[in-house]
Amino acid sequence: MDGNNLKVISGWGRFPVHHAKEFYCRDGLELSDDFQSASFIVRGNARSYGDSSLGNHFFSSKTGYKRFIAFDENTGLLRCEAGVLLSEVIDVFLPKGWFLKVTPGTKLITVGGAIASDVHGKNHHIEGCFSQCVDSLRLMIASGEVVTCSRQENRELFLATCGGMGLTGVILEASFYLKPVNSQFIEQRTIKTRNLKETFEAFEASSNETYSVAWIDCLAKGENLGRSLLMVGDFADDGDLDYRHRNKASVPFDFPTFALNGLSVKVFNTLYYGKASKGTSAQRVSLDTFFYPLDAIGHWNRIYGKNGFVQYQFILPKEVSFEGLQKILEKIADKGMGSFLAVLKLYGPENEHYLSFPMEGYSLALDFKMQKGLLPFLDELDEVVVALGGRIYLAKDARMKRSIFEQSYPRLETFKELRESLGLNKKFTSLQSERLGL
Amino acid sequence: MSLGWILILGANSDMAVAVAKRYAKAGHDIYLASRNIDECEKQAADIRLRFGVKALSVAFDARQFESHASFYSDLPHAPIGVVLAFGVMYEQLDVQQNFALAQSMIETNYMGAVSILEIVSADFETKKAGFIVGISSVAGDRGRQSNYIYGSTKAGLSTYLDGLRHRLFKVGVHVMTVKPGFVDTKMTKGLDLPEKLTAKPDEVAEAIYKGVERKRNTLYVKSVWSLIMLIIRNVPEFVFKKTKL
Repeated sequence: MDGNNLKVISGWGRFPVHHAKEFYCRDGLELSDDFQSASFIVRGNARSYGDSSLGNHFFSSKTGYKRFIAFDENTGLLRCEAGVLLSEVIDVFLPKGWFLKVTPGTKLITVGGAIASDVHGKNHHIEGCFSQCVDSLRLMIASGEVVTCSRQENRELFLATCGGMGLTGVILEASFYLKPVNSQFIEQRTIKTRNLKETFEAFEASSNETYSVAWIDCLAKGENLGRSLLMVGDFADDGDLDYRHRNKASVPFDFPTFALNGLSVKVFNTLYYGKASKGTSAQRVSLDTFFYPLDAIGHWNRIYGKNGFVQYQFILPKEVSFEGLQKILEKIADKGMGSFLAVLKLYGPENEHYLSFPMEGYSLALDFKMQKGLLPFLDELDEVVVALGGRIYLAKDARMKRSIFEQSYPRLETFKELRESLGLNKKFTSLQSERLGL
Repeated sequence: MSLGWILILGANSDMAVAVAKRYAKAGHDIYLASRNIDECEKQAADIRLRFGVKALSVAFDARQFESHASFYSDLPHAPIGVVLAFGVMYEQLDVQQNFALAQSMIETNYMGAVSILEIVSADFETKKAGFIVGISSVAGDRGRQSNYIYGSTKAGLSTYLDGLRHRLFKVGVHVMTVKPGFVDTKMTKGLDLPEKLTAKPDEVAEAIYKGVERKRNTLYVKSVWSLIMLIIRNVPEFVFKKTKL
């Protein structure tokens, strides 16, 4: 090491790895010498998968900006600092009968991160992205000035910041709505499908369900291609709000890189699929099991070994989803590179935020262990996705080519013009923003 | 039903906030006292929302000795426990060269503590109930060239707390001295602290909470510090003065 106190950082996928200098704010960010000295990116709980929270310099929210500010019990509007974790919101407010309107598949992210990635969850087809429940936010822009952004005030900055990957400024505070719930349990139904056609039909038939998501066996071929377990559900209504934590397991060390291979994944997927009852079955599960199954295993990213992994998530417009997914699933099954965790989901309409990922259609998310030949293969998949009018999720991305990005995010120019006009492009940069020419 | 009010003196440090939250989690109501009342109020709001207890911010300046009596008597409810967490640490070279700065550190860390804790002690002694936690420092265990003016304020504080413990033991009031060692806080951010010797603020808070329950006298948060300081205290002076510590 060069003795500059550089930290070794990576996203949740542990690829790529970067050496970076951490900036500190002792007496408020705006007073920090570091804020003035160089361009940087804010790093919340570092759960984005790729390089969006990596930069040569970064501020971490881990030691500050973690306070709740106010809660209105009549409307469910919560105001807090951006470093508060979604898990803290649940811990404090579920016992009072409130839950996040929109939650991704991990609760270990900050409120600021949820906004910057404009995350979505299993109810996207009903509630949209996280931005939908955001009333307003306070943003520190390049000059150090703090501005309030909402749909009415500084509207363009608001549209750019939700989904803007931290590139429009430092999100300091946010006000967002929670929703009333009357249980800590979810009434879940699991629908087992035999192929992609059945999976699509099951999704369409479940469009009134509050929550829906499918685990898809991406190594199944031929007539089994696209076989899935579709899980749908909603909060129970039993008044049980006595929310406590389960004991947490953790992966204590990196698995050897050979531990996950085509065979072991295939065995797992076959067993997992086989375990579910035929047709439809019903379960009552805790909200943690339903929304955050992987949070129960600390450092689960270590199972992919020290070289890390890439989570590849794309979305396709609805009218081409079926043929597109069939094509892509065939490619993946042929390559034998599939993963444990392939998640399929039907989305509702696109929102107006410039870089928000979702559009009306189907999205598939897969983990690929970092291995030889993976990156060219993903480039190949990118071409298929973009040719069909789809796009790749920035919060997961670690490697997309600039040309692919430019073809697939139509409001990119508006975003870039705003960055330039406020000098944000000089102050807030990440490896991802540099790679994608943002 | 409140378990009683805890008064945190010097409530803006990461360590003090962690202690406040630990007592709030247990169901206590909290006074957050410090000079920076705006920050305190933000912290109080957070504690109220998180733990559903009462939390009040109160203005307190350790160096305004004459204000301490009314500060204490004006609290709406007398506290059942007091955690003294204020203290400043200036660079050795700066205080060597600037006595005014040294004086303000001595006034805060030592005189301020004596002033307010005598008032608290008189109250607790009459009631024959209550506890006092004083956050001192390992730096007070032996003077070192690199930090001795700060260290001597903490040595004074530690000795003061020893005596106070002796006096109040008779009436069932417990006094605990805490020597945290390195703590990962805003104050130490960016310093390259050895991980095994460095406690998180939450760890310090938990140790204090448990220490009070178990009536510990002197608490080193990471037990390895009691060993390190045992050695440092016992190195003969003729050897010690040749070291670079």
